[in-house]
Amino acid sequence: MDARDDLIINDQYSLDAHHSEEAGKKIRRKIWIVTIILTLITAVEIGMGIQFKRHDDIWEVIKWSFIVMTLVKAGYIVLVFMHLGDEQKNLKWTILGPYLLFMAYLLFISLTEANYVYDMLVKYL
Amino acid sequence: MGGHASQNLDSATMWGGKISPFGSSYGKLMMWFFLVSDALTFGGLLTAYGFIRHTYQGEWPVGEEVFHHFPFMGETHLPLIYVAFMTFILIVSSVTMVLAVEAGHRNDRKAVTKWMIATVIGGFIFLGSQVWEWSHFIHGSHFGKVQLADGSYATVEGEYGAIDSLVLVAPHGHAEHAHDAHGHEGHGHGDEHGHEVAHADHGHGHGEENENVKTGGEADHIYRHAISAGHIHKHGDEVMVADDEGNHYRVYKQENKIESLKIREAYSEAYTVGQVIEGDSAQMLYDEALYSGSPRRIIFGAHLKDNEYGPVQYGQFFFFITGFHGFHVFSGVIINLIILLQVLGGVMERRGHYEMVEKVGLYWHFVDLVWVFVFTFFYLI
Repeated sequence: MDARDDLIINDQYSLDAHHSEEAGKKIRRKIWIVTIILTLITAVEIGMGIQFKRHDDIWEVIKWSFIVMTLVKAGYIVLVFMHLGDEQKNLKWTILGPYLLFMAYLLFISLTEANYVYDMLVKYL
Repeated sequence: MGGHASQNLDSATMWGGKISPFGSSYGKLMMWFFLVSDALTFGGLLTAYGFIRHTYQGEWPVGEEVFHHFPFMGETHLPLIYVAFMTFILIVSSVTMVLAVEAGHRNDRKAVTKWMIATVIGGFIFLGSQVWEWSHFIHGSHFGKVQLADGSYATVEGEYGAIDSLVLVAPHGHAEHAHDAHGHEGHGHGDEHGHEVAHADHGHGHGEENENVKTGGEADHIYRHAISAGHIHKHGDEVMVADDEGNHYRVYKQENKIESLKIREAYSEAYTVGQVIEGDSAQMLYDEALYSGSPRRIIFGAHLKDNEYGPVQYGQFFFFITGFHGFHVFSGVIINLIILLQVLGGVMERRGHYEMVEKVGLYWHFVDLVWVFVFTFFYLI
């Protein structure tokens, strides 16, 4: 047997991981459920976007609920559609961990700096 | 695939190159690593967008103010509906892609083919939609953005009076006529009718055969171009415009009805950001800028140096981020087509697995993932 790069253990290879017609039915059911969830969230987002204006008192709440809904949608896409939820734990966190950590850092540092620049422009311009 | 992590392996086996510690093939792993780096690129772009937004002193454009058109619906106000359609298309094509991947795990070539074709069609619809949206964004509205006398900027709402026709008065080269048409001499403008080259029935738009009478899109184009360049003058009820070649036209147009101005950037004490001016004063302020004869008092549409919606960075980020995303969609469609051809040619069947479909699927879902964020930060917030 040639050396293969997808050996998991003993005689199991990841590329040989096929599933039966029955298992496929289950997976497809899950796919359609996620589709409905994603569509509903998008519809809610659009409705809220039309309904609420930026100068409404409630805007801050609306804005954060947009962000939360976006992260929920992103979670479904990455974990279900991209199957990262079905991968081994070490692969999942190798992908997600560094990225989330770095983005959190970048957003924090950039927006903090931006708000400071804004204050200085208001003060001195 | 996930259950193997619990088995105890000595580290020589685990990391000695004998097995894949991630339980995944080299190709899929590398696709994931590429996607992480691509996600960092988009993350960086959106963070930069956030930085600019947070430092901006004026009123940043809201999605429903900029994107409220729908193909074939004319001026009907349909805020965000088209973007919703685009988002839905991308979600659906992501679903058809994951169905293709699932069919691949069952070695079902027919189903893989079917779902991949559906995915490619979805990709093309999205790309076409983006072309339409860009074109609309670039051309802009009838009123544009107006710079008031103190330098402040305002966006405009109202009812646009359509152009009936533009009638050539002084063609290029007739310097003295052009001079008259400009009206800088200050003499009476009554005799200008005598100079008119065209003898068409002005104001009724029936002069298509007469090249001296411009109507429709061409008239719109000349009129807007003249306004941007400041080549527009008003004497009494008579409005004259000139194009770049120095041709002068008399404008036959219905009255604009300006309903409100919204201050976007304020450069004096007279206005505050977000202030809305309504009624006659809005009309007066707009007309003052329109007929000032100075260039760039009214800005139409969008390009990289300016746009009618908000600050210059708004247009730049719009072009760059949606453009970069659109480029990903385009390359995704191409890669999908290549893999589809391989599926049809039986390549995957000979290999015994459809992992290539899974890998291109990862890329395609990533495109959808990016759009989810672009959609929120560009159109909603």
